[in-house]
Amino acid sequence: MEMPRPNSMILSRRAQIVAQLRAALPKGCVIDDPMETRAYECDALSAYRCAPLAVVLPRSTAEVAAALRICHALGVPVVPRGSGTSLAGGAMPSADCVVLGVARMNAVLDTDYDNRFIHVQSGRTNLSVSGAVEAQGFFYAPDPSSQLACAIAGNIAMNSGGAHCLKYGVTTNNLLGVTMVKMDGTVITLGGPWGNGFGLDLLGVVCGSEGQLGVVTEAWLRILPKPEGARPVLVAFNSSEVAGACVADIIRAGILPVAIEFMDRPCIRATEAFAHAGYPDCEALLIIEVEGSAAEIDEQLSRIRAIAARHDPIEFTEAADEAQAKRIWLGRKSAFGAMGQMGDYMCLDGTIPVSQLPFVLRRIGELSADYGLDVGNVFHAGDGNMHPLILYNANKDGDLAKCEALGAEILKLCVQVGGCLSGEHGIGLEKRDLMPVQFTPADLEAQMRVKDVFDPSWLLNPAKVFPLAASAARRGEAA
Amino acid sequence: MISPRSEGDLAEAVASAKTPLRPKGGGTRMIGDAQGEVLDVSGLSGVTLYEPAALTLVVQAGTPVSDINTLLAGERQRLGFEPPDLRALLGRDGVSTIGGVAAANASGPRGVQGGAARDAMLGVRFVDGRGAAISSGGRVMKNVTGYDLVKLMAGSYGSLGVLTEVSLKVQSIPEAEVTLVLDGHDVDAGLAALRRALGSPYDVSGAARAGGRSYIRIEGMEGSVAYRAERLRAQCDATLVEGAQSSAIWDGIRDVAPLHGRAGDIWRLSVLPTDAAGIVEAILAAHGGDMLRDAVYDLGGASVWLALPAGADDVVRTALNGRGAAIKLRGTGAAPFAPQSGAVTALSSALKAQFDPLGRFAQGII
Ligand SMILES: Cc1cc2nc3c(=O)[nH]c(=O)nc-3n(C[C@H](O)[C@H](O)[C@H](O)COP(=O)(O)OP(=O)(O)OC[C@H]3O[C@@H](n4cnc5c(N)ncnc54)[C@H](O)[C@@H]3O)c2cc1C
Repeated sequence: MEMPRPNSMILSRRAQIVAQLRAALPKGCVIDDPMETRAYECDALSAYRCAPLAVVLPRSTAEVAAALRICHALGVPVVPRGSGTSLAGGAMPSADCVVLGVARMNAVLDTDYDNRFIHVQSGRTNLSVSGAVEAQGFFYAPDPSSQLACAIAGNIAMNSGGAHCLKYGVTTNNLLGVTMVKMDGTVITLGGPWGNGFGLDLLGVVCGSEGQLGVVTEAWLRILPKPEGARPVLVAFNSSEVAGACVADIIRAGILPVAIEFMDRPCIRATEAFAHAGYPDCEALLIIEVEGSAAEIDEQLSRIRAIAARHDPIEFTEAADEAQAKRIWLGRKSAFGAMGQMGDYMCLDGTIPVSQLPFVLRRIGELSADYGLDVGNVFHAGDGNMHPLILYNANKDGDLAKCEALGAEILKLCVQVGGCLSGEHGIGLEKRDLMPVQFTPADLEAQMRVKDVFDPSWLLNPAKVFPLAASAARRGEAA
Repeated sequence: MISPRSEGDLAEAVASAKTPLRPKGGGTRMIGDAQGEVLDVSGLSGVTLYEPAALTLVVQAGTPVSDINTLLAGERQRLGFEPPDLRALLGRDGVSTIGGVAAANASGPRGVQGGAARDAMLGVRFVDGRGAAISSGGRVMKNVTGYDLVKLMAGSYGSLGVLTEVSLKVQSIPEAEVTLVLDGHDVDAGLAALRRALGSPYDVSGAARAGGRSYIRIEGMEGSVAYRAERLRAQCDATLVEGAQSSAIWDGIRDVAPLHGRAGDIWRLSVLPTDAAGIVEAILAAHGGDMLRDAVYDLGGASVWLALPAGADDVVRTALNGRGAAIKLRGTGAAPFAPQSGAVTALSSALKAQFDPLGRFAQGII
C-alpha cells in the first residue's frame, strides 16, 4: 500500500512539536517514546504498520482543541483514533502524524429517558453505551460485532452497522448530534438532542467521513426501549441459491426480522472446528432473529417456518431457551475468530443487491479457485452486506499481494452487480485506490470539496478514502 | 422556463445558464423567496428499477409521488417515511414529485419509528451548480463508500444542486393498524402519555397530538397489534380506532390538516418533547392569539407545526432559546431556517459556494 512520503520538515521538528503539545496539555497526555507509540502503529488492518510521530490522549473537548490548534499551526497531519478496531486502516498513522486518541474521553454526560437520548463523550465504547441505559430497559441499537472494544467515535466516523441494523438502521440513523473540533481548533455543535433540525444536514455528512472533517468529541445518541424478548432460529440449506431465495421470500412477505445472517460452507466448517456451536455441515445456513413478546415471536416464527418449508431446509431449529439462543449465535459471533485460527485473513465488506447473491457467491467461488486462496462468506443477508473472508499466509512471499488482488476482484464484482465497495467498514486505506471503480472523477471531486470546506489544509487523516493521485494537489504534493 | 427531458439536458442547461435558476419539481413545497428562471424537473420521470423483494426503488426525480404510491401499493408496499402532502397547508397546487420530497426531506409521523426521508434515501444523482452530474450512495441498503452526500442533498431545498434520480428503501404495508385515541387530557398530560408510549417496548409508529386529543399508532401483524394495543391501553385510558378510520387520522396529522386554510406563516419546530408545550406557550405569550389549541404536535412532541402571524421570527428564536430548530415553510422575510450557530451557517455557506460557486440555485435559503 502506497503512502505519501513523510514530510521531512515535520520529522525534523519533532522535538518542537512534542514540546508545544506538552506545554499545552496536562501531564501524561502526550506520548513520544517510540516504545509506547508502537502501540498505535496499526488498527485491525494489521498488515500495515507505521508508528506515528507522537500520540496525544486528551481528556476534554478543550484539550482536543488545544492539540489541534498546535498541529494546525505547525502543519502537522492528525489521525483521529477511537479504539483502533478499523478493518479498513482508517486509523493507521503515518510517520509524520500525530495520533489523536479519544479513548480517555469516555464519560456519560447525560441520560434522558423521557426524551430517549444519551449524551456521551466519543471515546466511550459502543457496548458500554447500551450498558449505561440497560437498567432502565433501554439500549443503543447499532451493534457492530466489535462492540465490546470499538468506540462511538469510530462508529460515527465509519457509520458502523451491526447484525441488528436490518430493523434499527446503522449509526447515521441513530445519531442526533455531535460536538466536534475542526482541524483549526474551532469547536462546533451539529444537531443536538433534538436531532439535526433543518438546514443543510452537516451531521449527516460528518457521519461516515472517516475522521477527515473533524474530531468528534461528544455525541447525542438515540436510545430505544428494549423489546420484550428475542429469539433466533437456525435454518440450514443444501444450496446458497435456495437460502437466498428464502431470504427474499421472507422480506417479500412483509416480515421484518431484526437480523438475517448467512454463512457458507467454508465458514461453517471453520466455525465448527473452532467454536463447536453444533451447526450442521451444509452448504448455507441462516440465522434469523425476531423480537417481541413470546406470542409475537411465535406468530412471526410460524410464518418464517412456513416460508422456509417451501424451500426444503435440511434443518430448522428454533431456540427453545436462552442457552440454545446463545449457541445459535455463538458460531456466527466466532466466525472471524475461527477463520483467524486457520491463518491470516482479510475481511471484505462489499454490499450487493440481495437478488444477486447466488451469482456473486458462485463467482467468488470461481475467483477463489483461480487465485488458490480459500474464501469463507459471512453475510448480513437481509441487506446484502457481504463479508467474504480471504485466507492467506502472511509469512509466504507474495501471498498478501495475491490476497489483495483477489479482494479487489471481489469488490469490483460487487460494484458491477449494482452494489458498493463498503457496507459498514469504510474505505480507509484499504479500498482507497478502488474508489474510481464506483465513482467518476466528478463524484470524487464533489466529496473532496466537502473536505475542502471543513479542513482546507487537508491535515486531518489526509491519505485515506481518496486515491492518492486524486488528492495529491490538495495535500500539497505534486501528483 | 427550461424543461429538460434527461439528466444530460439538465446538466447542459445549468452549465450554460447565465442567470439564477429555480429548480422545480411540482412546486408544492418551495420555501423562501425563490427567484430566477424556472428549471422544471417534471420531464425527468419514470421508474428506473423496482425490486419488491429487495425493498428497493430507483426513480427519476420528477416522478409524481402519487404514481409511486400506486406502483408500491400494487405490491403491498409503501414509502415508510410518509411524505406529507402540503398543498392544502401551504396553499399550493401542483403535482408533488419525489425529487421535491427528497430535497425537502419531507417526512411524516412514522419518523418516531423509522426515521425521515433522509433515512430511507439510499442514493441520489444530482447536477451541481457547475453543471456536473454527480452520484452518491447507490441502490443498496448498506453503503459507507465515500462521503454521504445523500444526506447533504436531503433537505437542501435545491440550494446545492438539482436532484435527477433518487433511490429509496421501501417497506411492506403491515397487515393491521390501530390508533389509541386519548381524550380529556391537557397538553402536558397528553404529551406525557405520548412519551410514555414511546418509551415502552410496543413499537409505536405514530405519536401525535392535535385538537385536544392525543393519538398513538401501532402497526404490524394482527395478533401482535391487538396485543400491543391492549398493553398500551393498560397504561392510559384510550379508545381504539382501526383500519381506514385509523389511517384517516394519520393522513390528517401527516398533512397538518388542523392548520389548513390558516392565514399567516407556517412554521415547523424541532424540539425536545419535554420542551414542546413550554416553547409553544412562550410563543403564544409573546404573540397573543389562540395558537395553543391549534398547534399540531407530532413525533411525540419532537415536531411542532404552528400557524403564526407574519414576522414571528424573533419570537420563535427567543422561545427556542437555542434548544431546537425551526423552519418557516411558508411566509416572507428572512432566512427560513432559524436559528443556527455562526459556525454552522459559515460551513453551510462555504458548502454552497463549493457546489454552486456562481449562485445558480436558491439564494438566501442558507
Ligand atoms: C472483529 C471485528 C469485528 C467488527 N465488526 C464490525 C461490524 O459488525 N460492523 C461494523 O460496522 N464494523 C465492524 N468492525 C469494524 C470496526 O470495529 C468499526 O469500524 C468501528 O466503528 C471502529 O471503531 P474504533 O473506535 O475502533 O475506531 P478506530 O479504528 O480507532 O478509527 C476508525 C476511523 O474513525 C476515525 N476516528 C476515530 N476517532 C475519531 C474521532 N474522535 N473523530 C473523528 N474521527 C475519528 C479514525 O480516524 C478512523 O478513520 C469490526 C472490527 C473488528 C476488528
